[in-house]
Amino acid sequence: MSWFKRIKEGITTSTKEKKETPEGLWHKCSSCNAIVPTEEHVASMYVCNKCDFHDRIGSEEYFSILFDEGQYTEYNANLTAADPLHFADTKKYTDRLKDSISKTGLKDAIRSASGLVNGHPLLVCCMDFKFIGGSMGSVMGEKIARAIDICIEKRMPLMIISKSGGARMMEAAFSLMQMAKTSAKLTQLSEAKIPYISLLTDPTTGGVTASFAMLGDLNIAEPGALIAFAGPRVVKETIGKDLPKGFQTSEFVLEHGFLDRIVNRKELKTNISQILTFFGV
Amino acid sequence: MAYLDFEKPLEELNDQLEKARQLGQKGKMDVTSLITEIEKKMVEARKKIYSDLTPWQRVQLSRHPERPYSLDYINAISDGTFMEFFGDRSVKDDKAMIGGFGMMGNQSVMFIGQQKGNNTKMRQYRNFGMPNPEGYRKALRLMKLAEKFNKPIVTFIDTPGAFPGLEAEERGQGEAIARNLYEMSILKVPVICIIIGEGASGGALGIGIGDRVLMLENTWYSVISPESCSSILWRNWDNKEKAAEALKLTANDMSGLGLIDDIIKEPLGGAHSNPAEIFESVRKKVTELLEELSNMDSQSRVDNRIAKFCSMGVIED
Repeated sequence: MSWFKRIKEGITTSTKEKKETPEGLWHKCSSCNAIVPTEEHVASMYVCNKCDFHDRIGSEEYFSILFDEGQYTEYNANLTAADPLHFADTKKYTDRLKDSISKTGLKDAIRSASGLVNGHPLLVCCMDFKFIGGSMGSVMGEKIARAIDICIEKRMPLMIISKSGGARMMEAAFSLMQMAKTSAKLTQLSEAKIPYISLLTDPTTGGVTASFAMLGDLNIAEPGALIAFAGPRVVKETIGKDLPKGFQTSEFVLEHGFLDRIVNRKELKTNISQILTFFGV
Repeated sequence: MAYLDFEKPLEELNDQLEKARQLGQKGKMDVTSLITEIEKKMVEARKKIYSDLTPWQRVQLSRHPERPYSLDYINAISDGTFMEFFGDRSVKDDKAMIGGFGMMGNQSVMFIGQQKGNNTKMRQYRNFGMPNPEGYRKALRLMKLAEKFNKPIVTFIDTPGAFPGLEAEERGQGEAIARNLYEMSILKVPVICIIIGEGASGGALGIGIGDRVLMLENTWYSVISPESCSSILWRNWDNKEKAAEALKLTANDMSGLGLIDDIIKEPLGGAHSNPAEIFESVRKKVTELLEELSNMDSQSRVDNRIAKFCSMGVIED
């Protein structure tokens, strides 16, 4: 039975002849481990076709999913954070900012842009979690405030896509006051009778949940997103018990009455344009 | 009298004073001069300690177990006319948040505040001053009531944070706070907010949107407590002093940054060392501000309030 016997020991293919799979050709679902070609994953809007797991995506992806032909006008793209408190923990805040800017190619954790959604004009403010955890500092507050001014001026509806760990500690009370600022500003949008849709995605927590994210004329969420005021770790420490299954997911928050709808990302665009039709805008 | 760690010299002097007094009572020794000397030393020591408090020491003072709480202020400045109202008309009554009408002179005022307890049992009863969503909803209900009858609102802020519990999450802690921020921005009546102890994050801000926001001298107000900040950014609990510095959370810092409108000075040794004096200072300030604010028409009050909070933030354009 010599054909079952290894004739030569060890790996004999020379390094030169080795064939590597190119990076990024395949995508593995981080929930169900299903493997699909990346191209297919992108085409299904970064949602797993098997288990419906929604990957975390950023502003660029949301803009291309939502806006017709991927066309949009961005506003205030060059606003960057200052360091009013000269904050330093284990690292200087200014260094943290520089690092994040060079690593992500973004200026801060939110971008705002307007375009058409199936023909309906819409201004979208969208967070990027990869920029210091999507944290809310002065830039986020200011961009949302300016977006609201544009919406009022152009009578254009507003959508904010939240994906944030909450307030940015390195701007301390300035971050806290962005909750007040954005909420106060929303009263003006409401006064002008311009619709505001809040889309909560994974994760939406802390000061973002406790301000504009919960103040939509409609609050909608992606499936399976973590939506919380206090994060699960903190709640667990408080009650000293394990948390029930599904606690603080979109589905949980909907059941408790704080969401209008849960919308699969694949149906996001059609849902939004339908909602805008309902509003008559 | 409970002494904080940095007040040790005072405690020692106080012990000496006690001993001298006992000596005087027992024997025939004349201790008057000794007592005067110790008392003089105490005044000087107190001045010295309190002239140069670190941010962390102020945080400690803001949590001093003998510090007056919301109800103490309300009862004092309404001369005992305070009538408390309960419940959010939806789920329950939150004992960590109190509210009701009281008179200040001829003016009826809606008082709202987070309430802490002054012994173990009461601290638990008051949930350590950490409101649940019901608390914020009760506060809003009462503020709306005040608005309906055109009565001004004074809120007292003193909380280590909104309660991070399971039921609080189920009942929408985030939504409750968000709703208050929104609704308080457009209240047609004058709103004065005073931080009398701890002003921790969204839990404090939830009753903190006012035409005037004031801090007592030895209080703190920020996005997170120094301890939690230390545990998150330094990954241990030992950097709370550093965190307290970095957060710029004292009344002086907050006023310097333009995030609050004014500071109310406390008696030497902190609010608890002379409650009558701090009550009087608060009464004076509130009376003054109510008069000033009631001279404005409601629309400009609301516009100014919104504009004030919208001006907060530092960016590079």
